[in-house]
Amino acid sequence: MDYSDLRRQAAYMKKSLFDQGYLDEQFYQLEDLQDDVSPNFVEEVVTLFFKDSSRLLSNIEQALEKNSPDFQKLDSLTHQLKGSTSSIGALKVKNECTLLREYCNKENLDGCFRTFQKVKREHAILRQKLEAYFQVMTCNIYLLFCVFCFIFFHIADFWEAYFKSAAFIALFFHDAFLVYLRGLVQNND
Amino acid sequence: MAAAGGGDGEREMHVLAVDDSSVDRAVIARLLRNFKHRVTTVESGVRALEMLGLEPNVNMIITDYWMPEMTGFELLKRIKESKDLKKIPVVIMSSENVPTRITMCMKEGAEDFLLKPVKQSDVSRVCSRMMR
Repeated sequence: MDYSDLRRQAAYMKKSLFDQGYLDEQFYQLEDLQDDVSPNFVEEVVTLFFKDSSRLLSNIEQALEKNSPDFQKLDSLTHQLKGSTSSIGALKVKNECTLLREYCNKENLDGCFRTFQKVKREHAILRQKLEAYFQVMTCNIYLLFCVFCFIFFHIADFWEAYFKSAAFIALFFHDAFLVYLRGLVQNND
Repeated sequence: MAAAGGGDGEREMHVLAVDDSSVDRAVIARLLRNFKHRVTTVESGVRALEMLGLEPNVNMIITDYWMPEMTGFELLKRIKESKDLKKIPVVIMSSENVPTRITMCMKEGAEDFLLKPVKQSDVSRVCSRMMR
């Protein structure tokens, strides 16, 4: 697999994430913010998101398992989660959060449980897909680095061979010249 | 609290960004960096007031509306009630488009109200106003 294959694969993965509704426009906005000063900005923000959202999901799960759930607290937690999903463009997760909030507002515990399972599922799927995407992106960079090293060391090998040959040839002529000189001297004797 | 360095210092403004979401703090700090401003991010209104107590020379405050403990609106009120801080422009961000909320914030003296997710163009608008 060469470098351009990996680039194509990354582009295909990203397009697929958009076409299937996992990501929206906001993800592009984050990519636009990536530059030389922040070359891994998107991956950093996504990492922050999964750290934050995993904590929130755990808190929501705990809140749902209480004997008499506090729907206001559930709503507040879901609101926070929805906010983060919106900030990275995680469309499917965001939509499930919207539904979850609606059930919280209606104090429909059963609806909350069912929708929460969907939120968890979409969250896990997105995590898997984005991890795969960033792996390919990182692979790009490593591969480029490997290609660069490969070329560099081959050039180094080339020059080593060149100078070795040059030294050999020089030594050959040097020896040959000495033989010639000896021959001259012997002839004169 | 986290601070990110600014640019050439000529018209370097100091912006305080307040948001309980680490994701949103990262995004707003990056957006503001494009305008070469010194950015300090804090995770709550309480921390924001603590920080302003130590360093009141902030050129703009941009805060999330919905935060636990103290909402952005409450923070706005406290700032406008303070002799030292009331001149600082305050921008509110919210993921919810609630007209009554927007009116309430603007009446209380907010400079602007941005809908989340915040875009480059929104930040550009408030920053250019701040520079005037």
